[in-house]
Order: sequence, then structure tokens, then C-alpha cells
Amino acid sequence: MKKYYLPLGLIGLFIVLTGASWLGFFSDYIQTVLMYIGINAILTVSLNLVNGYMGEFSVGHAGFMAVGAYIATILTTRVIPHFVLGTPLVPSGFVYTFDVAAWAKGPAVHLVFPVVLLMGGFGAALAGLLVAVPSFKIRGDYLAIITLAVNYIVKSAFENTEALGGSRGLPGIPKLTSVPWVFVWTIISLWAIRNFIYSTYGKGVMAIREDEIAAEFMTVDTRRAKILAFCISSFFAGIGGGLLAHLLLYINPATFSITKSTEVLVMVYLGGMSSVSGSLLGAIAYTGLSEALRPLRLWKWVVISLILILLMLFRREGIMGFKEFRFLAPKAPKREVEYAPASD
Amino acid sequence: MPLLRINSLTHYFGGLRAVYDYHLDLGEGELRGLIGPNGAGKTTIFNLICGLYRPTEGEIALDGKSLIGLQPHKITSQGIGRTFQNLRLFNDLTVLDNVKIAQYSRIRYGLTDAFLRTRRYWEVEEEIEERAYRLMEILGIERYADQLARNLPYGDQRRLEMARALAIEPKLLLLDEPTAGMNPAEMVEMMDLIQRVKEEFKLTILLIEHRMKVVMGICERIQAIDFGEVIAEGTPEEIRSNRRVIEAYLGEEVEA
Repeated sequence: MKKYYLPLGLIGLFIVLTGASWLGFFSDYIQTVLMYIGINAILTVSLNLVNGYMGEFSVGHAGFMAVGAYIATILTTRVIPHFVLGTPLVPSGFVYTFDVAAWAKGPAVHLVFPVVLLMGGFGAALAGLLVAVPSFKIRGDYLAIITLAVNYIVKSAFENTEALGGSRGLPGIPKLTSVPWVFVWTIISLWAIRNFIYSTYGKGVMAIREDEIAAEFMTVDTRRAKILAFCISSFFAGIGGGLLAHLLLYINPATFSITKSTEVLVMVYLGGMSSVSGSLLGAIAYTGLSEALRPLRLWKWVVISLILILLMLFRREGIMGFKEFRFLAPKAPKREVEYAPASD
Repeated sequence: MPLLRINSLTHYFGGLRAVYDYHLDLGEGELRGLIGPNGAGKTTIFNLICGLYRPTEGEIALDGKSLIGLQPHKITSQGIGRTFQNLRLFNDLTVLDNVKIAQYSRIRYGLTDAFLRTRRYWEVEEEIEERAYRLMEILGIERYADQLARNLPYGDQRRLEMARALAIEPKLLLLDEPTAGMNPAEMVEMMDLIQRVKEEFKLTILLIEHRMKVVMGICERIQAIDFGEVIAEGTPEEIRSNRRVIEAYLGEEVEA
């Protein structure tokens, strides 16, 4: 019976969130905040795979988001005919409120949107190889520089490609991101990365963090493990990017600058390294905080940075570093093992 | 055919000659000792066998198959387990996970199985976990299964390294100073353990040791090296009385 609690709880939460959004209990603002929380959770947990579990320091997550966002956007604005999407082109800057009629008009949307996001994800995963391959030889600070470079390469490539809008970017993206969609993708991301990390494949990734050479001697194919980690991480960054694009309705290369990468880094460290639960909490805390401090205007960034400094001083492991909620933790060993304190 | 055959193995670090014309024929079921003063090149030989460095020259073959140029994980998954002189455990992972990781080459499910937690996934994971528990039991560290490796007492960390090496299901076990930093009582225990494990898993063992008492006690044959070269080979008694070995350890006699 107990094993059904989590799925039932999630379905319940899904119904509540979706229902409240559709029936208008949640204002547009609340809905937007909820969507940001979900997207940020996807970005945070995927970056945590590299920065927390594998112990590398990636500072270019936004580069992979950009790849996913651009692929998804090109598909929805230029490739897929508008009548399929059931929504008219929305001029940029126009806040599109949730329209039940439009949603019902284009049931094809339900099929098209996930496919579009997946394509963006796969594209981003491919871009992940740009970091994965150098990581065979290069580690630590030097690899961090490479991730930074990849972020800039991707951003500059889009800036200089006139066909993709250059630095002006791509306007008129249909509003396809909605609370239910974000909810579903957030659960998929958390669940997939959690399952990966607690499989023996994932343990191989953690072994790289602990001691790469020993891992290799203990039969871990470290190259393969690195490719898996970087590609899975950037895949979900791409999904997050796609969702963000169809929420913002307008993207340009500046959306995916190093600032965006930093923001995700902050959420990872706030929530805690090597923790799926922490990634979720980090995303909630950061998004909530940044909304709550909005009245402070630019001073907000001073306060948030100050909080970060205090966090590093007094609680370096973040909210839940190296810990996991019970329902997310892997199944405990089957046998009852008596606890014996280390005798010396 | 010997299990491990090494021929004219030579390795340079830059201009420094670490191993020169080293050879070894290790038969199945043998327990061979490798001794030599500090910096003689013993650990380098282990690292060459495991593929950490590509030898400048020479041939290394396990079961008649050459190991030269293979990535370390490819070499070790053919059945070579090893321990390290200065422990190299995955310190911030649990004891159980340490032993599980060494079974990486035995993951017989795909990524999709891992994501979707299929039957196949659970079957293989259960197998891995069971093997891990069996090894921890044999080495008497089962009660620490959920503890972080770094929190174990030193002697048990050595045992954990042994469990981890055995999880590879090796034919050949390379032990790099397994009694380093142990007191005499622990040392005797470790010697017992090595012999017990050798019997139980039908292992061939190559053992680096500093303490003469250990090698002399458990090895049938011993090879002594100095400056990367084999200087003597034989039974413990022969090695004990060999002039070149004594010189390597104690220095040359000076005529007055």
C-alpha cells in the first residue's frame, strides 16, 4: 500500500494545481511563479548531476538551455503550421493569459509540445558532448573554463546567425508552457535523475568525484560515465530552456548569458550539493525569495548575494546537501544490519 | 601457460628510468612476493599492469591476451583486482556503495532500464547487492554497510579495499603493501586473511611488501627489485641470504 502514496500524492497535487489554474483560483502571477519554480527545479537538478554528484564545476548551464530553447522555438514558430498549435502568433511583450478555449481548440498541442521539447533536449544533449569530450583529459578549474567557453560559444553563435534573429532574438513564441506541463516535466526530470543517480551507473559517476583513478581501476568506464552525466544534464537543461522559451514568449541570446548560468549555480548551492530534494528546495527557495524581495528592486540582488555569503559561512552544505527526503532516498538495504559504532 | 606474463618491460618517466627489463611469469594459484627498497619501482609495475601508464617497451599478457594499450577499466574488468598502498577508497560514499561500484563492469541493463526501473534493473541490482553483502560478510565489515567509508577504523578500511578488489571477481589480485601502518597483531590477521581469501576465491596473488616478515611468511616465491631491475628471484630462504638483496636494503659493504 505504501508504495502508492507517492504516485497518488503526485496525481493529487497535479489535479489541485491544474484545477486551480484552470478555474482561475491562481492568478496569472501565481501561475507564472509556479512555472518558474518548476523550470528552475529542472535546471537545478540537472546541473546538480554534474556539479554535485560528479564533482565537476560547470558554469555554462545556460548554453545548453539556449540550444534546447532555440530548437524548440524554431520548431513551434517556423516549422509547425500555426493551425496545429491552435494559438495565433502572439506579439512579443503581450502577456497571454491562460485560454481554455485555445487549449481545447488545439488538442494537437498536447502531442506536439512534448515532442518539440524532446527535440530541444536531444539537441542540447548533443551539445553536452562539447564539454564531455574535453572532460576526459581535463578536470577541475580548467574544465570550468571550458564550460564557460561553451556558454559563450553557444551565445555568440546565436548572436551571429541572422537567420535565427541574431542578437534581436526570436519573438512571437506561442504560449505553450502551462502549469500542468511544467509540473509533468519537473516530476520527470527529478524522477529520471534520481533513478539514474541511485543506479550503479550513477554510483560510477559519484566514484569519479571521489577518486577518478581508483574508479577506473575498479572497472568504472569513466569516459562513458562522464558522457552520460554531461549529456543527461544538458538534456534536461534543454528541456528547461524549451519550457522557459514558451513561457517568456520571446528569447534572445542574452537570455542565456553567464548570468543565467550563475543563477542556476546559486540554486544548486542554496539547495545543497548531491541532493535531488535539495535541488527542488533550492529552486523553491530561490524563486520564492527573488519574488518576495521584488519590492526592494535592485537592492534585491544585494540581499540575495548577502544571503548567499551567509549561507557559505554558516551552512556550506546548503539546505539539504548530501541528504535526501525519505521518499526520494533509495530503498534501504533489505537486510537488517545492526549498527555498530566504529571501535578503535 | 602462466596467468600473467610480463616480458622485457621498460618504463621511463621523462628521463628517469623507473622499470628496466622487468619480467614475470606468474602461474595460476601462485602467491608471489615483490620486494625492494623505497622507490625501486614496485608500485609502478602495478600501475603498468593496470594500464595507468603505457609502458615505453615490453609486453604484458593476461591469459595469453595482451593488455598493452587498453584503458585501465578494460584491463581490470578482465579480472585484475588491486588495493593501494595509501588507501584509495571512495571516502564519502557508504561501504556498500564502495563494494557495488567495483561491479560496474557487470551492469547488465541499459540506461532505459535504469530510468524506468524495469524488472531487469531490479534483478541485476539485487545480484550486485547480494554479492556486495557476501563479500562484506567474508571480510567482517557487514555491520558498517551504511557507514561512510571515511568513518571506518583503519584496519577495516584495509578490509574494505580488499572487499572492493574482490568484487571485481578477479583471477589476479595485486596487493600493494596490505599491512602498511598496521600493528603486529593486525598484521598477523591480515596475513591470515590473504591466505584465506586466496583459497576461497582461487586467486593468484602478486604482493608488494615492505616487511620481510610478511613476505617471508606467506609467499612461496619472491622477486626482489632495485632501481626497476630484478636483482634476485627465489624462495624466501634464497632471497634472505642473497648478497644483492642485502646490499639493496642495507647498502654495500665498504672495505676498510
